[in-house]
Amino acid sequence: MTNNTSTSNSSSLANRASQRTTTDAALASKANSHFDRKGLVQLTLLGLLLLLPVAAYFLGHIYYVNLASRITIIAMAAVGLNLAIGYGGMVSFGHAVYFGLGGYVAGISAFHAFDLTPFMSWPFTVPGSDSMLVVWLVAVLLCALLALAIGAISLRTTGVYFIMITLAFAQMIYYFANSWPTYGGQDGLPIYIRNTLPLADSSNALTYFLICFTGLVLAMAITSRLMKSRFGAALTMARLNDVRLATAGINPYPIRLVSFVISAAITGLAGALYADLNGFVSPAMLSWHFSGELMVIVILGGVGRLYGPLAGAVLFVMMETLLGGITEYWQLFLGLVLLGVVLFAKHGVLGWLAGRERNE
Amino acid sequence: MSESVLSLQNLHKRFGALQATNDVSLDLHQGEIHALIGPNGAGKSTLIGQIAGNIRPDEGSVYLVGREITSMSIAQRARLGLGRSFQVSSLAEPLSVMRNVMMGVQALQSHSFRFWKPVASDQQLLTPAYEALERMQLSHRAWTPVFELSHGERRQVEVACALALKPRALLLDEPMAGLGPEGSAKLTELLEALKLEVPILLIEHDMEAVFRLADRISVLVSGSVIAHGDSHAIKQDPRVREAYLGDSDA
Repeated sequence: MTNNTSTSNSSSLANRASQRTTTDAALASKANSHFDRKGLVQLTLLGLLLLLPVAAYFLGHIYYVNLASRITIIAMAAVGLNLAIGYGGMVSFGHAVYFGLGGYVAGISAFHAFDLTPFMSWPFTVPGSDSMLVVWLVAVLLCALLALAIGAISLRTTGVYFIMITLAFAQMIYYFANSWPTYGGQDGLPIYIRNTLPLADSSNALTYFLICFTGLVLAMAITSRLMKSRFGAALTMARLNDVRLATAGINPYPIRLVSFVISAAITGLAGALYADLNGFVSPAMLSWHFSGELMVIVILGGVGRLYGPLAGAVLFVMMETLLGGITEYWQLFLGLVLLGVVLFAKHGVLGWLAGRERNE
Repeated sequence: MSESVLSLQNLHKRFGALQATNDVSLDLHQGEIHALIGPNGAGKSTLIGQIAGNIRPDEGSVYLVGREITSMSIAQRARLGLGRSFQVSSLAEPLSVMRNVMMGVQALQSHSFRFWKPVASDQQLLTPAYEALERMQLSHRAWTPVFELSHGERRQVEVACALALKPRALLLDEPMAGLGPEGSAKLTELLEALKLEVPILLIEHDMEAVFRLADRISVLVSGSVIAHGDSHAIKQDPRVREAYLGDSDA
């Protein structure tokens, strides 16, 4: 009897809760002048990134296709970092390490495939490979493992200490790569023939751009879906108020660690793509300069926004290319733009163009 | 005798020369509100910390429904059924009330390593969170961001967050702090109804609320429990009057 009433009671509650959500959705779509603007800006950004290189390719400007690939890959690396910084509140100053590690996986694998020597022969033989699928898989796994180790230690600290400890780990690996002669040391390692993909000619500039573009879109789709899930809800709470998260019964540490690992894996995959784009990998990919550049890109574009890294990467690489052609002091202008964004457009270029992000 | 849901046994905590908790034993029975009062600096916060899990006692143990939780993390205690509210509201302010309350439901249902299904339409999360809000008479504010709420409403959200865990015991740290007489009266009423389901350990400065709500009162002074009893006995106790009621005009 009592059971009955309580079930009917809770089902009516469920109905009301779902009504609430539908009215909420209705409200959200009503306030859609905002959404339209945001959607329009984002679609334009992604559309231009896709269409311009295609047009450039058919007009014979391979240089611009490769430039677009560069933007796309750097945007993808920043998507990875944005998951840590923007969504997780973990300001990693060492993400170049994953980018570089991904790059070295591509480089070292190609090196051994080219040389026909094994990467290691004891206790079991690991040959090189010129297959991108293998390279990507290994890059993602190694970056995830490295991030698991670095994150497990670094995430015991917060704030400035976290920034410093991630930097310290990154520098260790940077100097290690610098002084390891087998793979070129500080001179870097060339990839003579771009790694290959079944059914596609990866040496074709447009094909390669489309591969990178697909990677970027996937990384963004994964981030978006992730942040809407239970895991994302917990990560958001870990960023906003970790005491509340713990009090609600969820330990923030593993949530942060897993998102840090996913973040590193995305950045690592971008690194593998980058090495293959340039046909070259060097310790510069691991350096703190690049970690800093990635942070600048995330901040420029809009921290914690799905399209922020893309907007930031477009702006950054364009400034580097256009202003860098005029003056070698182009970073002065980058500095001014960054200053402007930090002071006047706290939500980044995207926040300025597309309006503020609405929290539920 | 009813079984104790939460029990502290001979807790000791020392910070340098300061004995912040000195041999404190307390228990909380089913269906009651047990109030813990004491002047400033009596060691209430330290004691709460040891119950909630952010401070480890030097000696002694804490039990929740018969399980020792002394060395468990905050999150583990929460999952076992210890709900708490904070002296200063601790909520994620940019998020909606619902999002805050849903966290507890999520912790209760499973681990949070579910990466795919969106929470925004997950009735398994929404319905229990909505019920918890309903209990605190706040369901009309479910989709309001916390920063738009009044102080009193935030206090109610805190309790709703704790309720979402389906707690076995509630630890409320000065839930009336900063509330006007009206808000205080409303919360008193809500807690009175609540205690029938969940026993409450109430740390509170508002004496009117304490005397109205509490079935039993323990008085903490300088880290030790100096008196224990119902509100009538506490009001009469000369030591309490001297240590506490005497020099604060309650």
